[in-house]
Parts: sequence; structure tokens; C-alpha cells
Amino acid sequence: MPNAPGRKRQKKRAAGAAASLVAVAALSACGGDSGDDSTLTWYTNPDAGGQAEIASRCTEEADGAYRIETAQLPRESSQQREQLIRRLAAEDDSIDLISLDPPYIPEFAEAGFLAPVPEDVAERVTEGVVQSAIDGSTWDGEIVAVPFWANTQLLWYKESVAEAAGLDMDEPVTWQQLVEAAEAQDTQIAAQGIRAEALTVWINALIEGAGGSIIEETAEDPEDIVLGLESEAAVEAAEAMRSVATVGGPAFSTAGEDANVVDFEEGDAAFMVNWPFVWGRALDAVEAGTLDASVPEDYGWARYPRTVEGEESRPPYGGINLGVGAFSRNTDLAYEAAECIVSQENQTYYFLTNGNPASLASVFDDPEVLEVFPQAPLIRESLEAAAPRPQTVYYSEVSGALQRVYHPASSVDPGTTGEEAAELIRAVLRGEELL
Amino acid sequence: MTQTTLPPVKKTEPVSAPKRGLSDRSRSERKLGWLLAGPAFVVMLAVTAYPILQAVYESLFSYRLTDPANREFTGLTNYWVILTDPIWWQAIWVTVFITVVTVAVELVLGFGLAMVMAKALSSIRPVVRAAILIPYAVITVVSAFAWQFAFDINTGFVNSWFAWIPGVTADTDWFGDRWQSLLVICLAEIWKTTPFISLLLLAGLAQVPEVLQEAAKVDGATWWQRLWRVTIPNMKAAIMVALLFRSLDAFRVFDSIFIMTGGANGTESVSFLAYRQTIARLEIGLGSAVSVLLFLVVVLIAFTFIKAFKVDLASTRGE
Repeated sequence: MPNAPGRKRQKKRAAGAAASLVAVAALSACGGDSGDDSTLTWYTNPDAGGQAEIASRCTEEADGAYRIETAQLPRESSQQREQLIRRLAAEDDSIDLISLDPPYIPEFAEAGFLAPVPEDVAERVTEGVVQSAIDGSTWDGEIVAVPFWANTQLLWYKESVAEAAGLDMDEPVTWQQLVEAAEAQDTQIAAQGIRAEALTVWINALIEGAGGSIIEETAEDPEDIVLGLESEAAVEAAEAMRSVATVGGPAFSTAGEDANVVDFEEGDAAFMVNWPFVWGRALDAVEAGTLDASVPEDYGWARYPRTVEGEESRPPYGGINLGVGAFSRNTDLAYEAAECIVSQENQTYYFLTNGNPASLASVFDDPEVLEVFPQAPLIRESLEAAAPRPQTVYYSEVSGALQRVYHPASSVDPGTTGEEAAELIRAVLRGEELL
Repeated sequence: MTQTTLPPVKKTEPVSAPKRGLSDRSRSERKLGWLLAGPAFVVMLAVTAYPILQAVYESLFSYRLTDPANREFTGLTNYWVILTDPIWWQAIWVTVFITVVTVAVELVLGFGLAMVMAKALSSIRPVVRAAILIPYAVITVVSAFAWQFAFDINTGFVNSWFAWIPGVTADTDWFGDRWQSLLVICLAEIWKTTPFISLLLLAGLAQVPEVLQEAAKVDGATWWQRLWRVTIPNMKAAIMVALLFRSLDAFRVFDSIFIMTGGANGTESVSFLAYRQTIARLEIGLGSAVSVLLFLVVVLIAFTFIKAFKVDLASTRGE
């Protein structure tokens, strides 16, 4: 074949071209850089589209100074942490802005994954912000993240059942009173008994409500951390937990916030502790025709139940704060964008459309907010009183150990569970036990 | 009746091959073989051998991903911590339980399905095969979600459909109890991977010479006798390979547990334990040690199958 060598060369050339194409594609994929230097990537937790809308509003407002693109993180907050940490440990410079769950902020800050907040920015973004959101953005006495939206749990109840049980819901109620009312009315209490982060949220609120803390004194060396799980407050908390489990229904040990709200809507549970999203969810369901309008009409709300009589309750604190990636090439622009994201206007929009309460106290006085969320003043009051989960670099270990020992809630023994959890946490932090 | 198997076929050497050394042709064939398999071999080294060796190395350190400055050589301490922890042994027993139960059930079911596929009328055979293989085409995480939703106390249909079974009521919380959770996990695994075993067994079934079946029939053997004395002995190699592959796979069970229970109620497997230490706790050293131990157990299973049960991987290719 006279043209065989020519063909061979052609083939070789074609193969070379294909290889270089693959290489170029692979390299550009590695870079992950889809825009110019003023493009900021904001890693958001899944929501109803509010953060994407805020991103485009701020992009428009910036008038070309920067452009915000959003990238969605996994649904579970623990998985959000896992993904972000692995990328940041590899010094991923495509992470400019991060929607961070507050309990993980100390770990990120201590590892050097968050760019320092400039002093003037720190001052501006904490002005008029509820205390729990400031606490949640603070590590080692410094503001390390920008407070964005702040969440808290309320006690939701069916007015008809509370009335039948003779409970005066204008006065603070204790968990014990709720358990007695549930028993008398043959109904259930919906709380987060699932082995997940939600269980830690509940344990923390119970212990804080009894005047204690899971971590009494934090320390740099994990072995020096002082735990409060053997205190009288922890015993009271464990007692409350066990008694709620007796009226928690058949699926209490696997119930998270979503399962709770289903039980509450369907009428299996007449009392529930849950985040304010349940209100928006009920209204949407009525509008969609999947829930009878009489159901949310019977909804009542009150401050989180007290663990012990005479002691103010400490509702859970949640929400999202914004971090700026330490390896971002645009930290100045990112902080500029963060300030835009947390503006009063955007927080109000986010509250109204996505049901996520603001960290700015003034948003709660907005007439439109008050109209859609009649619970707004209570949410604000709860946020001022809310207790953050233990702030420690080793939060993941502490939370994991608590979930292992306190689950299922029906097996909790007030006399021994706290001690067992404390021993496990200490052993895990010393590197002597698996989790 | 004695077992009926075909005598082993003698390997035929190429006529032109000299007694010592290789002919030019076989040398060039061997070279071509290396050229064809070489790149795959290099890729395998890069994506399997390298991470395994790195895990072995990392397992000797106390190393937290967020605190690389305090990385410290600790020798075999991580292994000691793991092997003296009851959580490890609990995970081992859970994994062994899931492996034994699922592989045993899958073998019986898979054999039945292979027979159906082999005997189905030729007109409906493609449809039957496709239908049987569908679960295997489903991604494990998706299958785990499907089974979780089916058994969920709020959204599931199982409680209302199967209320006639003693012990099942509208209030049965399948994922609130250890054995019930393990039952659902095993069911999901069995549903998902029985097609794999049946496919391997179908290949074995096709190797059983029809002539032996006919000879046995002439000798007056019943269907049952032919199954035990002709069919199964002749497909021993295929059965062993199917068992080996599925056991190795089953021992690494992760997805179903992660989705359905998240390891609650003592349902953690060894893979899950490795995940929790490495990814959730970020303890790279400890997690690597768990992974290395898991790897050793898997190697042990493979070795046991190959040596103790004399699985000859080559024989399934008819060599």
C-alpha cells in the first residue's frame, strides 16, 4: 500500500491531537475557573432559591465590580462540612464565599480556612444583630464570619388540644407539663429523636435550659476541655429527654424535623419543637390544596419549653453565617459581596420568601414580615435568649459521641448516660477510641 | 448414581512451538499482549496500588486533616486502638452477618433466576433477562432510598400492605430497631445484587454439556438428581466465582446503611466505620488504619476462597 506511511503519520497526529485535547480539557476542569478574576463563587446550602436570587441582586448592584455565582452544597449540614473541609484542606481557591452552619465555624477558623474579617467590616456586620448570631460568628474573641440569617426553634402546639389539657400557653411551660398534657390528651410530642445533628441540638437546648453546658470550659488541648455532662443540669436534661420519649410516638428514634412536621400536620402530635419553616410550609400546603385550611388555623406558638421550672429556657440557635475562603483570590471583593448579601433588604427578602429568619433585629419590625410571620416577635425574643451549641474545634467529635450515647432517647438513664457520654468524648479526644 | 463430569480437556500446544524457548510468533504475541495490557496495568497501579500504599503509610501517624502541623508518627498505635475497641468488633460482626445472609439468599435466588433465564422460551428470553437485570442497573444509593421510603413509617407502603404478617402494624418503625433495620438492609442488598449472581450462574449453566443431561435422563435420573449430580458439579467453578465476587462486594457494604440508618442502632459496617473516622472525624491516620484492616479482611476472604475452596478463576474461561 503506497500511502500506508502517510496514513500512519495521520493516525499518529490524530492520536496526538486527541491526547492534547483530553489533557487541555482535564487541566481546565481542574482549574474550575469559569470566569474572570472578579467572579466570586458562593457555596450555598440548599434552600428555596433565595440565596441564588440574592446573588443575582448583589451582582446587579455591584455594577460589574464582581459577579456572584452560586454552587450548591449537600443537604445535610454535616455533609456540607465534610465537602468544604476537604476542598479547603486542598487549598481550593475557587471557594470565595461559604454559607456555614455556626457550630462548624470554630473548626474552620482554627484550621485557617477563613480569611480574617477586616475590622471595619466586622463592626458594620455586627451592628444591630441579635446576640446569638454574633456569638455564632465569633471564635477566640474575634468575629470570624459574617452573620447572615439566624434560626431558632419554637414550641408549636394545637390550640384546641392545649385548651382541652388546660395549659395556659401565655405562661412559660416545662417539658414535664407537656408530657403530662400529651398523656392526658392521648397525643404525642414531636421532637428530634433521630440519631443526627438534630439530636445534639435538642440535648444542648435541654442542658442549657437547666443552667448547664455541654462544654463548660474549652481549651486548645482537647484533653483539657471541661465537660458539663455529669452536672445536675445534665441529669435534669436527661430526665426530660426520657420522659418526652415516652410520648414521642412509635417512630421517635428515627424522627427528624421533617418527620416531626408531618406528624404535627396529620394530628398525631399536638406539641412540637421545630424551626419556623413549619409555618410557611403549612401555608404553602393550604395554598396547594394538600392541607386543610383549618390545620394551620389551630397552630399556636410559644417560647421553647423549660427544662426545669423557674429557669428560663434556652432555645436552640441555628441558621447560616458567611465565611470567606482563606485561599480565595478575591477576599476584598468577597467581603464586599458578603456585606451586600446580609443587607437589611436582602435579609427581609430571604425571611419573607424562604422563611429563614434574619439576624438583623430590625427586620423583625418590618410590617410585611409581621404580616406573613405573626411569630416574628417571638422568634426575635428566642434568638436573643438562644444558646449556641458547644463552640469547639472538636465539635464534630463531641456531637458524634453525644448522638451515639443519647440515642435512642428512650434508653437514656439520667443517672449514667451523661457520665458515659463524657467518658466517650474524653476517650475519643485522646485518640483512644473509635467513634 | 455417581457424579457425572466431563474429563478435563488436555491443553493443546502449538505444533510449531520448539521444546525450549519461544517461537518468533509467540514472542511477538507476548509482546503484543504486554502492549495491550500494559496501559491498563499502569493505570491499575496508579489508582489502586498507590492509594493502598499511601493508606498503609498514613495509618502509622496520628494525623488530623485540619491540623497537619501536629502530625506525629505513632507506629502501630492506631491498629491497637481499633482492635481493642468493641465498636470495631461490633462492625465486623454486623458486616459478617450481612455478608453471610445476603450471599446465601442471593445464591439460591440467583440460581433459580439463572434457570428461568436459561429455560425461558426463546421468544420471551430477552424480556425475561432484561427484567431480571433491572435492579442491578439501579445505582445503590437510589435503591437504598427506594427501600427506605417503602419501609418508612410515614411515607412507606409496607406497613399498610403487609399488616397481615404477624408483627407488622401501622406503627412498625423498621429503622428504630437493630434487627429490623438489618433485615431491610439485607433485603435491599439482595434485591439489588441477585441479578449479578444469576448472570454469573447463567454463564456457568451454559457450560453444562447437554449430552450429560441426556445421558442422565436415559439412565432414569429424576430432575432433582440431575440438578445435584450433573448440573451443580459441572458448574462448581462458576458458583465459586460468583460466591467469591459477591462476598468481597458484600463485605464492603456501605451505601444502604448510610442512607437507611446512618449507622444508628448498631448497624454500622466496617466501611462505615472507616468513613466516620476518615471523612467525618478527619482523623486520616485512624481512618487509614481501619481501611487497611478492611483491605486485609477482604484479601483474607479472597485467599480463603481461592485456596480452601480451590476456586480456579481460569477454569471459568474454559482454559
